[in-house]
Amino acid sequence: MTFTPRHFLGIEGLSRDELLFVLNTAESFREISEREVKKVPTLRGKTIINLFYESSTRTRSSFEIAAKRLSADAINISAATSSVNKGETLMDTARNLCAMRPAAIVIRHPASGAPHLLARLNHCPVINAGDGTHEHPTQALLDVMTIREHLGEVGGKTIAIVGDILHSRVARSNILALTTLGAQVRLIGPPTLLPPEFSRWGVERHTDLRAGLAGVDAIMMLRLQRERQTRNFFPSLGEYARRFCLTVEALKEAKPNVIILHPGPMNRGVEIDSRVADGPYSVILEQVTNGVAVRMAVLYLLTTQERPDMQTEPGACDERPQPDSFEATQDRQKNRPPRQPEPFLLPKRAVGQ
Amino acid sequence: MHIVVQNGTVIDPANRLEADLDLLIEEGVIRELGRPGSFASVEAQRIDASGCVVAPGLIDMHVHLREPGYEYKETVLTGAQAAVAGGFTAVACMANTNPVNDNGAVTRFMVEQARSAGLARVFPIGALSKGLHGEELAEIGEMVEAGAVAISDDGRPVMDANLMRRALEYCSMFDVPISVHEEDLHLSAGGGMNEGPTSVRLGIRGVPSVAEEIMVARDIALARLTDGRLHIAHISTRRAVDLVRQAKAEGLAVTAEVAPHHFTLTEAAVEGYNTNAKMSPPLRLAADVAALKEGLRDGTIDAIATDHAPHHRDEKEVEFDQAAHGVTGLETALPLTLHLVQDGEISLSEAVRKLTINPARILGLPYGTLAVGRPADLTIFDTRASWWLEPLASPSRSQNTPFAGWELTGKVRLTMVEGRVVYDDREQEGQPA
Repeated sequence: MTFTPRHFLGIEGLSRDELLFVLNTAESFREISEREVKKVPTLRGKTIINLFYESSTRTRSSFEIAAKRLSADAINISAATSSVNKGETLMDTARNLCAMRPAAIVIRHPASGAPHLLARLNHCPVINAGDGTHEHPTQALLDVMTIREHLGEVGGKTIAIVGDILHSRVARSNILALTTLGAQVRLIGPPTLLPPEFSRWGVERHTDLRAGLAGVDAIMMLRLQRERQTRNFFPSLGEYARRFCLTVEALKEAKPNVIILHPGPMNRGVEIDSRVADGPYSVILEQVTNGVAVRMAVLYLLTTQERPDMQTEPGACDERPQPDSFEATQDRQKNRPPRQPEPFLLPKRAVGQ
Repeated sequence: MHIVVQNGTVIDPANRLEADLDLLIEEGVIRELGRPGSFASVEAQRIDASGCVVAPGLIDMHVHLREPGYEYKETVLTGAQAAVAGGFTAVACMANTNPVNDNGAVTRFMVEQARSAGLARVFPIGALSKGLHGEELAEIGEMVEAGAVAISDDGRPVMDANLMRRALEYCSMFDVPISVHEEDLHLSAGGGMNEGPTSVRLGIRGVPSVAEEIMVARDIALARLTDGRLHIAHISTRRAVDLVRQAKAEGLAVTAEVAPHHFTLTEAAVEGYNTNAKMSPPLRLAADVAALKEGLRDGTIDAIATDHAPHHRDEKEVEFDQAAHGVTGLETALPLTLHLVQDGEISLSEAVRKLTINPARILGLPYGTLAVGRPADLTIFDTRASWWLEPLASPSRSQNTPFAGWELTGKVRLTMVEGRVVYDDREQEGQPA
């Protein structure tokens, strides 16, 4: 098995085998974080730039820790303290960062497709750490990894995703990952936040929490952004909570050994009751632990391939892409040569164990 | 000096003419049409149109020339250069400049810029409301006197139904149409592409079809009330076409135009966050494209207009959410329309009609026909020549086209305005007859 995508922009387009390969790699990396000395030399001499245009606690520190445990040098840039304040465009920022020869850029951005724009520079691998309302692929991987730990293979399992599906990049990436791996997915939320187009994704739609939770193996709660209320997606947080808050009572509909996930940050008492969030079924902190392993795997897989097609000569990234560069990028991706990660760089536990 | 355009196939839908004819032009006016060789003895400059169509100069009733105010995107001159390269001898330019064309002074400035450019004829379209704010009527009479041929707040939908009613009533005094950009801003809510499966997947806020259809329905109702002349700009949805069809059946003075990108592309062109496929109204679904073609076929849609909307690369090479709406279109309109002809969707004569006499009649212009005595505005094009679209080769200041790298069939060979050759792309000067 090989993992050949140049960039990690989303779960969309990844095959079942590719997803399993990344997950298996992540599982093999998990042990590093259990060691007394939590560091391997795998990415020594490589620089990882975390470019965050949105506030983030979990994802940013998770990527940073992942990079450091692989001995990469991690640089964090947040929009609040960068030249973005001076009006620099995303592309100019990216060109300048590329000129410093990073091994990869990790980007979090409020606009859907921002990582794709960076990927068009075709200078170094771009990893999507959440773009607008599009995708958050490493979150989906850590969610699947956590589900696999508890339930075994996700194929055949039923998983409910509850809340603001419309605006959730976590939901999109998870629906794609879970359905690709053969799980049944149920989406639960008010119709305003659960458009009918999702029916095309091979999922069930429910507007009744209890009916949707009947017999599920895992429940993934989404964060409800309070500002949605002002745009009339629901009348009040109170009414939303009465219908969609995951309470101990609602939980009774699910399977007895159900697990509960939440990507954080949580609105306690809105989408999730504290008794559930802190209760025995919650695996929310395990998700965070697994997040580091998943990001180690993604950083490792993307920065240890040879990339003859990427521009690495000095000044190469000054070249502005031509208007046809969408197609050009896609063609280059189609024609990329397959390459197996070098086995001697793998940590002690073998892949797939 | 006489000019003879010879050996071509003349298509003049206004006169139901489609025949191999030669054209005699004298002092910028069409003097006579005759059988091939009729003017062999006339001493004249000869333009060989062998294997080509000789059509009335194309008229684009919807462009944005960006001058004054946004000269880094386009000027009247560069826009006129792109126009004649695309076979257009006349264009009508929208009012969303800076300052807005909402008074006679700006209208006169535009007319003057066009005169000094001396290429295509440029007809300003005046703003409907002062500053395009959608609150108070602009000085419509003053602009019409200065040369405005239509009234429009294009780009800024008129959300106030009462203002639209008054505008329709008021404009009936001048017999100018109101061109409407139909979009309910509450429903579109800042969306960047069609609302549908692709927008949901890409995580881009969508503009639903109903945002257009509700406004088309409203304005047709107002046209019925007021006897005003309503022109639906860049129609894009199936049900909007249905509404216009019903309005016409009822006998209302409602016309409609479609942009080539809307009958050529679907929302799939946005895939990969292609900001050059971002425009307003957005690209729709295959069913909408089919309905637009049907509307062109059955006459519901009167005109093909480009909505040529040049934007600087810096305004397109950004996050999709932040990218400017609009695409260029002057040089791709004719080939994309000819693709419809090749696909058997409409006849060549109908295609020419929707690019010439129909927009001329909507705007009340004396062009769009090769009738004897009319100004010699004409376009010679080869319907079979294939070429690759290279945006940087365009005289336009902007390259924001979704058709970059497309192989297009149909090439403008020569454009003439009032007897003057303003664009010449023949293989060599003065080809042998």
